[in-house]
Amino acid sequence: MASSAHTSPNHPYIPSTDSERAEMLGAIGVDSLDALLEDIPAQHRHPKLNLAAGLSEQELSTVFGSIAAENASPSSGYISFLGAGSYSHYIPSTVRSILQRGEFVTAYTPYQPEAAQGTLQVGFEFQTIVCQLTEMEVANAGMYDGPTAFAEACLMAARVTKRTKIGVLSSTDKRLSDTLLAYSKYQGIEIVEVAADATDIPDDLACIGIQSPNFFGEIEDVQRLTKLAHDNGALSVVHVNPTALGMFKAPGEFDVDIVTAEGQPLGVPMAFGGPYVGLFACKKAHIRQMPGRIIGRTTDTKGRTGYALTLQTREQHIRRERATSNICTSTQLIGLMVTVYAATLGKQGMKDLASLCYQKAHYAAAEINKLDGYSVKSSGTFFHEFVVTCPSAPPKINEALLKKKIIGGLDISDRSESGMLVCVTETSSKADIDRFVKALSEIGVSA
Amino acid sequence: MTISINAGGVDRRLLMDRSVTGRKAFTLPASDVPTQNLPDSSLLRDDVELPEVSQLEVIRYFSVLSQLNFSIDTNFYPLGSCTMKYNPKINDELSNLPGLANIHPLQPDVTVQGAIRLLKNLQDDLGEITGLSGVSLAPLAGAQGEYAGLLIARAYHDARSDSARTVAIVPDSAHGTNPASAAMAGLEVVTVRSDDQGNVDVENLRELANSNTAVFMLTIPSTLGLFEPNILEITKIVHDAGGLVYADGANLNALLGVVKLGDLGVDICHSNLHKTFSTPHGGGGPGSGPVMVTNELAKFLPKPVAVKTDVGYVLATPEMSVGSINGFHGSFSIAARAYAYIKALGQEGLRSVSENAIISANYIQAKLRDKYDLAADRYCMHETVLSAARQKKRGVAGLDIAKRLLDFGIHAPTMYFPMIVDEALMVEPTESESKETLDHFIAVMRQIDDEVDSAPELLHDAPHDLPVTRLDEATAARKPVLRWSAEV
Amino acid sequence: MYPDDLKYSKEHEWVRMSGDIAEIGVTVFAQESLGDVVFVDLPEVGTNVEQFAKFGEIESVKAVSDLFSPIGGKITEVNSAAADTPEVVNEDPYGSGWLIKVELNDTAQLDELMDAATYQATLE
Repeated sequence: MASSAHTSPNHPYIPSTDSERAEMLGAIGVDSLDALLEDIPAQHRHPKLNLAAGLSEQELSTVFGSIAAENASPSSGYISFLGAGSYSHYIPSTVRSILQRGEFVTAYTPYQPEAAQGTLQVGFEFQTIVCQLTEMEVANAGMYDGPTAFAEACLMAARVTKRTKIGVLSSTDKRLSDTLLAYSKYQGIEIVEVAADATDIPDDLACIGIQSPNFFGEIEDVQRLTKLAHDNGALSVVHVNPTALGMFKAPGEFDVDIVTAEGQPLGVPMAFGGPYVGLFACKKAHIRQMPGRIIGRTTDTKGRTGYALTLQTREQHIRRERATSNICTSTQLIGLMVTVYAATLGKQGMKDLASLCYQKAHYAAAEINKLDGYSVKSSGTFFHEFVVTCPSAPPKINEALLKKKIIGGLDISDRSESGMLVCVTETSSKADIDRFVKALSEIGVSA
Repeated sequence: MTISINAGGVDRRLLMDRSVTGRKAFTLPASDVPTQNLPDSSLLRDDVELPEVSQLEVIRYFSVLSQLNFSIDTNFYPLGSCTMKYNPKINDELSNLPGLANIHPLQPDVTVQGAIRLLKNLQDDLGEITGLSGVSLAPLAGAQGEYAGLLIARAYHDARSDSARTVAIVPDSAHGTNPASAAMAGLEVVTVRSDDQGNVDVENLRELANSNTAVFMLTIPSTLGLFEPNILEITKIVHDAGGLVYADGANLNALLGVVKLGDLGVDICHSNLHKTFSTPHGGGGPGSGPVMVTNELAKFLPKPVAVKTDVGYVLATPEMSVGSINGFHGSFSIAARAYAYIKALGQEGLRSVSENAIISANYIQAKLRDKYDLAADRYCMHETVLSAARQKKRGVAGLDIAKRLLDFGIHAPTMYFPMIVDEALMVEPTESESKETLDHFIAVMRQIDDEVDSAPELLHDAPHDLPVTRLDEATAARKPVLRWSAEV
Repeated sequence: MYPDDLKYSKEHEWVRMSGDIAEIGVTVFAQESLGDVVFVDLPEVGTNVEQFAKFGEIESVKAVSDLFSPIGGKITEVNSAAADTPEVVNEDPYGSGWLIKVELNDTAQLDELMDAATYQATLE
């Protein structure tokens, strides 16, 4: 029989044997697989796939070992002072351990709540943690990442206010505003820049989008800017760093309407940029315009507590082209990491962590500021990132640092003259910081 | 303190209800730097009200919760259009290698040559598999890949000063993200009918395709699990009208080495790495939705794209890129898992994936067709759409059948989708499941059909033995309780 | 099921006239087709609505439908009880589950609506 013309020897991921396939084809009533494929134009059927032959698990490990070895990371002796949206933090063993639970990892979206109470209760905990951190009334179960959460928040503000002009504060990360641009491009939305020290804004803005700490690491006057927005009928959208919330006042205290954040600092590996999770919270009054999945508490037919997806009519699978967003994920697994992380650090841990980051970053800034030719450019209060004005071009300095196995701060000379954005977290020891400072001193103007 | 006990004695109290002042699960190191001045106290908050629990309690709480889930690791999970295949453990392990997990997205290219090489190789493999060689791995989910694809279509027409094309034609069987993404891209959605065989009504499409058509969005195979037999005619109609053809690659698991989308006249497609390429669904994400396009459209791809140059691998921005649709470079560690999957299977293995998936779905269809109606009476691809219309007439809805399956430890099929099928139950077994598992499922489905007459209450009240029975979703929506608070 | 003193539209809304004020709600057929109503989005008092135009939305757990006003005119009152406790739309669609009141600006509009018997016939 011809049925197995294209089937290969058995693979660990594919259980069916030749005889079972033959038996199943027999039950279907055909004598070959091709009989099932007759709708596919014959001239295009079974194309040649120019791919290598499959590897054993052991061979695969070797391949990945060599890929990983080509990257510079702490495990290969490098120290790094990069931040700008992705942050190095210690990830507790509890997070890594729970992340091994296949019952979480290999489940799907909880469309059958009876068979997904674990995922659902974790999502409810996640929403709680986001609310507790931000001191906001309600949160969703997660967005793709920080920038997409921010973009969706600004679009939500446009829906709530029925206005089409979105203001973004000038001190905001371009990754946030660029994502907003890509999201809003064809929705009749205009994006305008609002100066960080503005005392007046146009009276037709849907919102002011604020990042605090801002791109340069400094705390913005969220209270003043929120009042300015509200005085002009606009909403206030604030993108925060969740680690900073262990120390600095939460946006909820300032009457902010929508809060977003990059969830990565809360127990998620940097992993070259993803996957992360976006945090998204807002006032309860605006909940029907909130994008994304939302999990609610309810009871079963026997009166027992249970959790289920709720307010689903906002979403694409029901409202289709009139949905609040096309998003159909909550990035649940990363939300799980955030939840376990926050539960592990707890009340004291989040406070201690923020303090540690603050202390180390301020120590580093003070030491760098003492160096000839370098100065810390900081006008207000910063958390764990700051701008260093360098004596020569930052890329040159970074090149010299790299030779000393130091990955320097981000070159932001396009936004701040000779500027390098430096981030210091609890993962840098004093010895690491001193090594960095010494290296900067040695490089100096010679770079 | 109220203790709510659930079935099986599971304590469902939330973390905040377990919190005891002074308890902790973790200790931060002491500061090793000289004490720095704190900012003005007006900027500082007192406490973050997070749980105070022990480390064991963290582990036990989440471990117990995990056991309330169905998952691929523990259950047959034939959820149609979701491709719930085995997620190889080695992929998780490899993606967590320190050299991959602990690299910063803004490191200089020279320090991440391995990472960029991996992205480039995956781009090439996905281009080869789909026959569409321009690839960006930036999209963070299928819906983002779809949106990126529509942005590319719009950019293409704009670049040709053909900006009046503002219509997306979408079949009535389409998934809800298609129209939602089209609306985000500022396109008006026009629906094309399906014929009685579940195919696109070609004559209807011919009437609709015109100089306003920006793009035709088609799921291949369709949401009915069927291959569109008129595909070449369809792509020609759209191209003749000046439009582009976008293929939703949600169902790509049927096509590996079976047919290349690019060969069929598709201009743009996306693929869900968390479906076809086995990356974990994670209870609802993270996903990854790379977008693949023809050579001609590659210059519009979202950034970044991994490129090999004389000086090594770099992340580049295509010449006329539609821009950044998210923060960094996409779901890197998901891409790493997908790459590991492709490498493990190779050319022959991937082909075998699709062939086995197709055989398994047709086997289930053949074994159940005397008891359940079919959405279309023909061979399916990797999934079969059953209809519980016959059971509905006997007093039991598709929903009841889905819930009853849970009692047997089998996850429910996708219900009530596609919407054009009455009482739809969409079954996708995937190539991962053995014939014994398929036979067990078939036997259970046949028994449930018997129960429709013999014990309908078993179905109406199902599930019986799960952590909860059916939930009051109406009250959940009317009076939303969306977080812990001290009062509830 | 379909009181004789009401007028009906093909979009399954009803009208009860009292003076020149038209009280408007959805029919038993509409609320049964939707299932458990969980949310009603109603317009602001003082706005105008055209006959047969959309004035709001009504949602069940897994469906959303537009509400179309069988009568055009100025909205004089909206039922906050329906907004706060949407289950009244299921429990008492012709009474406490009413949705809006409209000041009728042209009595000829009533001629375009159906009586109970005609409406009921359209459901069969």
